Amino acid sequence: MNIPVDLKYSREHEWVRAEGGRASIGITDHAQHALGDIVFVELPEPGAEFGAGEAFAVVESVKAASDVYSPVSGKITEVNEQLAASPELVNSDPYGSWFVVVELSDPGEFDSLLSAEEYGKLCKEE
Amino acid sequence: MDNHLLKTPLYETHRRYGGKIIEFAGWALPVQYSGILDEHEAVRSRAGLFDVSHMGKLEVRGKGAYEFLQELSTGDIGMLADCRAIYSLLCYPEGGVVDDILIYRFGPEHFFLVVNASNINKDYDWAAQNKTDAVEVTDLSGSVAQMALQGPLAEKILQSLTMANLMDLKFFHIERNIEIAGINCMVSRTGYTGEDGFEIYTSPAHAPNLWDAILEAGRPYRAVPVGLGARDTLRLEAGLPLYGHELSPGITPLEAGLSKFVKLDKPDFIGRAALAAQYAKGVDRTLIGFEMEDRGIPRSHYPVESGGREIGYVTSGSYSPTLKKNIGMALIEAVGAEQGVKIDVVIRNKRMKAVIVRIPFYKKHYKNKRGGIKP
Repeated sequence: MNIPVDLKYSREHEWVRAEGGRASIGITDHAQHALGDIVFVELPEPGAEFGAGEAFAVVESVKAASDVYSPVSGKITEVNEQLAASPELVNSDPYGSWFVVVELSDPGEFDSLLSAEEYGKLCKEE
Repeated sequence: MDNHLLKTPLYETHRRYGGKIIEFAGWALPVQYSGILDEHEAVRSRAGLFDVSHMGKLEVRGKGAYEFLQELSTGDIGMLADCRAIYSLLCYPEGGVVDDILIYRFGPEHFFLVVNASNINKDYDWAAQNKTDAVEVTDLSGSVAQMALQGPLAEKILQSLTMANLMDLKFFHIERNIEIAGINCMVSRTGYTGEDGFEIYTSPAHAPNLWDAILEAGRPYRAVPVGLGARDTLRLEAGLPLYGHELSPGITPLEAGLSKFVKLDKPDFIGRAALAAQYAKGVDRTLIGFEMEDRGIPRSHYPVESGGREIGYVTSGSYSPTLKKNIGMALIEAVGAEQGVKIDVVIRNKRMKAVIVRIPFYKKHYKNKRGGIKP
């Protein structure tokens, strides 16, 4: 299971990459593997605001639809339209396949996210 | 996780082949091996092997067996010769469906029913309630292993393992007591994928060896093991009903578009009066197929609307790997339910446009048509 050390993680299997006051968010290798073939991604509109823990996107495998939760609070500044056309990228390159970029409203929230090591432990327990 | 679940004779085999085990109708079964899309494509273009040992099996024997099955099922058992099978429905007096099953005839007083795993106890009780003393019903579930080899190359692969001539085995015909890879089996040319193929029955003890032998013989043709995930997408594309979705005690076969399996002119059967009345009056609801025009995947129980008014609900829906579209079946008001008509499917509180299309979504062009197809 691939868990890059330079990212932060949520307990709901999202990754967060901090870039100044912004962060890009996607789902982890563990998540894409558990979901199986991803055939649909529903993204929010740019400008939408989400609190930490709120569902902001939906990924659908052949079998089922799953919510994607925002690990941090903020306003969506960019969405990855490429995933709408090619949802399978989430399977083949989960850490390259960012869903959205968020302008962080509370950078302090970062501290409550999991490190790669902590997230790795969580995956093993599941 | 699997401790409380029933296991088929191939449970350890699935683990060995990398199957991802889930719960289905109380059984621990693989939902996928390499991936649903891969497995689906393999069955459409080559061949795939399924474990369907969880399906229930009831043996019906005795002098009254024929009359009993005539009364219990909507199909005409009088049209069924030895070593042939039919697809049929069992109905309640009100016309709703107890189960959809295959009936195999071994002899005039000997039949074999293949029923849905989730309905085994219900079907057995229903049979016991309605039988006479001249009929003996035995639950053989668990003592017969069942696998399905499906796909355009299924015949070629299975033929390489047996002396029996499979080319001559026609659709819905049965061959009892043949050897496949040296193992005694019963084979029928049946399936649930919309492809040519076979269902193979053997003893649980021999099942793992037979599974390995078939996949080994299929290796040059890139045959693969297939899980429940692709079984569902394959049957949906082929427009085949799944009990609990398109069929239930609250849905009649006429509503589900299965009127050709309801023989109203045969001797009386349970549900006949209600179904004849519904047939005469016309159905209020009907099962339709649809394709999404807007983006979004339809799923079971999503509401279907027309002009802002709810007219029914989705019974099954998925991404279609063969058509590369999002498709579904829905039970909706019969008035106006015509091909080409636009409907809305409500996905996460948003109305998404869809259009009614014909079922099946996918139809195999058989090189050598071998009789009728299950629905």
